[in-house]
Amino acid sequence: MAATGTVTLGTSPGATGGDPRSTEKPLLTGSEIVCRALEDEGVDTVFGYPGGAVIPLYDALPRAGFHHVLVRFEQWAALAAEGYARATGKPGVCLVTSGPGATNLVTGLADAMLDSVPIVAITGQVIQPLIGRDAFQEVDITGITLPVTKHNYLVSRIQDLAPTFKEAFHIATTGRPGPVLIDIPKTLFLQKHEYAYPDSVYRRGYQPTSVPNMRQVRLAADAIKKARKPLIMAGHGIMLSGATDLFREFVEKTGIPVAHTLLGLGTFPESHPLGLGLMGMHGHKHVNDALDECDLLLNIGARFDDRATGQVSGFAPNAFVVHVDIDPAEIGKNVRTDVPVVGDALEVLKLLMPEVTEGRHDDWMAWIDSRRDRALDEALEERPAWPEPYTIIKAIAEATSGEAIVTTDVGQHQMWAAQHFGFDHPDRWITSGGLGTMGFGLPSAVGAKIGRPDLEVWSVIGDGGFQMSSNELATAVQENLDINIAVINNGYLGMVRQWQDLFHAKNYSEVKIGAPQFEKLAEAYGITGITVRSDAEIRPAIERARSIRGPVLIDFVIEPEANVWPIVPPGAANSGMLHQQRFEG
Amino acid sequence: MKNRHTLSVLVEDHPGVLNRVVSLLRRRSFNIDSITVGHSEQPGVSRMTIVVIGRDDEVEQAGKQLYKLMEVLKVTDVTPLNCVAHEMALIKVAAKSQTRSEILQIAQIYSARIVDASPTTLLIEATGPETHIDGLLTMLKAFGIRELVRTGPVAMMRGGTTVGVKESARPERELAVAGNGTTPHAN
Repeated sequence: MAATGTVTLGTSPGATGGDPRSTEKPLLTGSEIVCRALEDEGVDTVFGYPGGAVIPLYDALPRAGFHHVLVRFEQWAALAAEGYARATGKPGVCLVTSGPGATNLVTGLADAMLDSVPIVAITGQVIQPLIGRDAFQEVDITGITLPVTKHNYLVSRIQDLAPTFKEAFHIATTGRPGPVLIDIPKTLFLQKHEYAYPDSVYRRGYQPTSVPNMRQVRLAADAIKKARKPLIMAGHGIMLSGATDLFREFVEKTGIPVAHTLLGLGTFPESHPLGLGLMGMHGHKHVNDALDECDLLLNIGARFDDRATGQVSGFAPNAFVVHVDIDPAEIGKNVRTDVPVVGDALEVLKLLMPEVTEGRHDDWMAWIDSRRDRALDEALEERPAWPEPYTIIKAIAEATSGEAIVTTDVGQHQMWAAQHFGFDHPDRWITSGGLGTMGFGLPSAVGAKIGRPDLEVWSVIGDGGFQMSSNELATAVQENLDINIAVINNGYLGMVRQWQDLFHAKNYSEVKIGAPQFEKLAEAYGITGITVRSDAEIRPAIERARSIRGPVLIDFVIEPEANVWPIVPPGAANSGMLHQQRFEG
Repeated sequence: MKNRHTLSVLVEDHPGVLNRVVSLLRRRSFNIDSITVGHSEQPGVSRMTIVVIGRDDEVEQAGKQLYKLMEVLKVTDVTPLNCVAHEMALIKVAAKSQTRSEILQIAQIYSARIVDASPTTLLIEATGPETHIDGLLTMLKAFGIRELVRTGPVAMMRGGTTVGVKESARPERELAVAGNGTTPHAN
């Protein structure tokens, strides 16, 4: 592949030939052009790791107008860029070398692709005469990342460099956001060209529909008027479009309760009477019951992921389905849709607001409330001796007044956090949803803290995932980031163990996982480590961590076989969810 | 019910675009029966004719997925439309002196041309709908088909209607793949 996507941008030297000043423009190296382009995009942070093919680019970095964060593994560069993007709403940028540097990015790109996170990844490539010769540290990264990027480029001409950046940022951040990769041969970093950054981008094959068809909006409004048991399924798209304020107005006007997808947590306050919380595989009982019972399901900005829907044939069986999504390919992909509305959530809500009337659904809300499972709250009042995961999550939420950014890995700790933190603000919940990437929590916390230094950042991680990315502690230390790390340590790969417990007759195969003493590990990195072994120690440890500037690690040693309840068994409908039979232990 | 669908796909003529299209269809589990690529009437725009097998809703989904590629300008499922879908075949058939005239007659019936000959073979060039080529092959099978290459169909609508993209700088979005009032080109 050669450079794609620069055809319509037209900033070849000839294009500016009519301007007499153009001949006076200073020549910049490719490296300087990359830096200038990033500066012109307003980039303040780049997460990266140097290597052979990008040495000339790193030569220019000390003079660049942005901060470079040296991660400890290239994958963390992509995940940190995601954390940054999720916390700030701005695109995250990562930069690595060719070959293994580039392949190490792949998981991060796939993660960003599935969760629609705007990141721009820059990879160095071997010098052009060696491309295709299996040169040292050569891989076809544009070929490899084809399925896990929204778009990618191998730049082949110096004059295409700046326009490619312009287009890459445009594609990453518009429509349904996603990762875009730019592969740059080392030769280009060394060549010189004048710098001109395009003002706008036009690709005739890329014109996202942001304003919806009004006819579809009216059909949606009609459905809302007729519904007696309406339910909103709130997805990540609401946050991506910056629609949370308007969404709240819409919910309060229509009185429709909100079920949150995993990535939709934060779109509407869970503390609000209409905010129901998590739906799906580990969703709350009353939320999944409401999904079963509702006569209208209004999905805004969610893609009907299988972990949210359970078995599709049993999903919202009585509901008339309205699906608002900016990506038309999501309409009807997984769940039959009665009224599709293709458009940006903000634009759809703007048009929908005047079409809907004030509404209250007291009987419906009372029904939903009657379906709440109070067993857990009652059980927690017994205050077990060990640090109970629900208590840990709730204690962090209370200590931080629910204002903190929470990042997680994937697994039990992630579900406990999703169920019980109680997210009231957008862009505070940063988790790997679609890909379910272990190791996500710490690097994404690094990115989030750098992006939002004003907010308290807690990384809630399992002992398995933490052992994947614990080397990123070094980055947190080097950057002196005030991050609190809560390791929920059960000595198991907990979610797999739970499945083996429930669905494989307790055949615990390869889930017992040893670990170093995390407190000592923290000390080795020069940071404070705290070990918590009892319920009584939870809150003091959290307060101590909050009082210390810089990274702090708390090792919460929990009951080894605690499970996440409720759970929809794999392949079952949401109505077939299993509930906690008793309080464990 | 699974059917054969013929998609006419207009793409920007960039290196790697065929790879993107084929890779996308493969990873979304769509089965490509045949694919042809060539220049279109517009400079810089290629036309792909892709035959896929699937249910109507699966093919509609394939079209929507194709629209997510930056290079894809328009996808039209021409199957239900009144169109000409022709392919070309080159057939090297065994021909002895005793059978040569019979083969020539068969070729004539199918409006096929003899484009090369050797003492033991005839090379036949045939064009037409797939069923037409299938028929010719059935007739020639008894003589011994030594080598066969088929292009897969290329398609065009009959009459004055065209399947294309406007040249204008910012074309109106076109609803090429029918479906629930959704519009393509969003990502």
